[in-house]
Amino acid sequence: MANDLFNSFMTGPDENGRFGSFGGRFVSETLMPLILSLEAEYEKAKTDPSFWAEMDDLWAHYVGRPSPLYFAERLTEHLGGAKIYMKRDELNHTGAHKINNVLGQILLARRMGKTRIIAETGAGQHGVATATVCAKFGLKCVVYMGAHDVERQKPNVFRMRLLGAEVVPVTSGRGTLKDAMNDALRDWVTNVRDTFYCIGTVAGPHPYPAMVRDFQSIIGKEVREQMQAAEGRLPDTLIAAIGGGSNAMGLFYPFLDDKEVNIIGVEAGGKGVSEKMEHCASLAGGRPGVLHGNKTYLLQDDDGQILEGHSISAGLDYPGIGPEHAWLHEAKRASYVAITDDEALEAFKLSCALEGIIPALEPSHALAHVMKIAPELPKDHLLVMNMCGRGDKDIFTVAQHLGVDITK
Amino acid sequence: MTRIDDTFARLQSEGRRAFVAYVMAGDPDFETSKEIVRGLPGAGVDIIELGLPFTDPMADGATIQLAGQRALKGGQTLDRTLEIARHLRETDTTTPIVMMGYYNPIHSRGVETFLEQAKAAGIDGLIVVDLPPEEDEELCIPAQKAGLNFIRLATPTTDDARLPRVLQNTSGFVYYVSITGITGAAEAQAEAVAPEVARIKAETDLPVIVGFGVKTPETAKNIAAIADGTVVGSAIVNEIAQGKPVEEVLAFVKTLADGAHSA
Repeated sequence: MANDLFNSFMTGPDENGRFGSFGGRFVSETLMPLILSLEAEYEKAKTDPSFWAEMDDLWAHYVGRPSPLYFAERLTEHLGGAKIYMKRDELNHTGAHKINNVLGQILLARRMGKTRIIAETGAGQHGVATATVCAKFGLKCVVYMGAHDVERQKPNVFRMRLLGAEVVPVTSGRGTLKDAMNDALRDWVTNVRDTFYCIGTVAGPHPYPAMVRDFQSIIGKEVREQMQAAEGRLPDTLIAAIGGGSNAMGLFYPFLDDKEVNIIGVEAGGKGVSEKMEHCASLAGGRPGVLHGNKTYLLQDDDGQILEGHSISAGLDYPGIGPEHAWLHEAKRASYVAITDDEALEAFKLSCALEGIIPALEPSHALAHVMKIAPELPKDHLLVMNMCGRGDKDIFTVAQHLGVDITK
Repeated sequence: MTRIDDTFARLQSEGRRAFVAYVMAGDPDFETSKEIVRGLPGAGVDIIELGLPFTDPMADGATIQLAGQRALKGGQTLDRTLEIARHLRETDTTTPIVMMGYYNPIHSRGVETFLEQAKAAGIDGLIVVDLPPEEDEELCIPAQKAGLNFIRLATPTTDDARLPRVLQNTSGFVYYVSITGITGAAEAQAEAVAPEVARIKAETDLPVIVGFGVKTPETAKNIAAIADGTVVGSAIVNEIAQGKPVEEVLAFVKTLADGAHSA
């Protein structure tokens, strides 16, 4: 129950930034003082009505919140079971949920007097959101992006450059999100005095996982109200895709203490969760370890070396997961499943055909799981999936997989 | 008293500064790495920092990153890194070995098991870059209990208010990071570092060693002169990266050691 602190899932993290045994602050000493001052600044902002007034104003007039809760009628009919709602965060300015969090962090950076913003990006959505808000506030912006992702997300690279950001292709490792995060951390440790690191997901050292979750929680708060208005009650099941897990945490968090709400996170199953490790399902195929400032489930070999995963979706191509998800998984408050590249592509096509919504490949994973379970559920079962991003950026990847050449 | 404490006591009685050399275990390959490490004491190295390769070395510059990748590609593991330490101990029982790296390979092994194995292999201390004082319960405190030194990094951003916390559970020596940045970055400036070393020495009796951005015998001398010693890493790793024979690598190390010892 929400008012019973001893059984609440909403009180984390503790003063050491831990969700159970997960989370923490595993960073070099150079960064530690800054992380502590960020925590102090965030604690102040959290209870400052003027901070939230500014956020609300930007969310309403710059982002276009609240995003609609949309009843997907034809999809519901097609699947023949649960009543399917989509939380339309793909309609936000910049096309994904990422901007919810970026605004909060940039307002904090301004309060801390930082003039240079760095970010890592996978699919490019967080990079675009960061470049956008930096343009709006006149801040210098540098985005680290794996060279492989620069290749598969060209439209977003061009967008970031149009918005005035410097995009740095990262060639270390395999050139994906994990490597971009390493290089962003290297930049931060070098330019710590004037630079703010705007992390795009619910990972990294404390306070990032909690802070990003709090900024993204606007998603779940809106869903509560919107579902109340639409159906007069809470939803029965929530489903969201997980790379690091920020859109999922944002949807899930306001419902964690509503025990009757079933919560499902969908990891990227790539070519299938097996020992070949051609996937990015950290909970299904990984074990606890320490990377990028936090303790969480990671894809790693027997010697503790981090493995390169695989996903068709650049935004899910990360060998870890936010520490709060690791905790919710172990506490069994949420369940986590994996969806393969092929299943996600099928969902992508179905959403286009039946609802006229071109989804990003990330929420296509969530939708694929909806397709799996909705037919078996009763017609009065209320299911909400987070349509956390739009698919414009992915049409090249999808075309390639469908064997269509649209570059000529 | 550990080998590290003994070494500093000896150096102090001789009026000499310490020269600390970093190499990545398994770079360029396992066998050559064993030979290089065995040759370091003869090249004037007082303390060996043995890098434990990790896929995601987020505080290291390109030189050490690539060394780690070479080592991992050659099949380097935690066991083989311990093997390199054991190999040195067959011919040298006095030169301290400090294992330097990131926490995940240690966490993966299990802290208790790792500490037993490290101790048995002749490792004397640990530098784990991603374990600040806030995470002391993870490894620092168990390591000290097991009789291994836990050497902490102090940095230009460690202010006076925080310094006591950083020093609290540190033993062996304090590693002062001369710059805000990654390994192999800009040249360290003795004038800028001297007041920082003094600031730390005012708070602790432990020796203070300065590293990051020390690349030449001359810088080694200048930096050693204002501290209890200095560390060179990337410059040595660069020689190894060029595929130079072991003797040449060791000859280069000796020029650095001579520089530091002339301070």
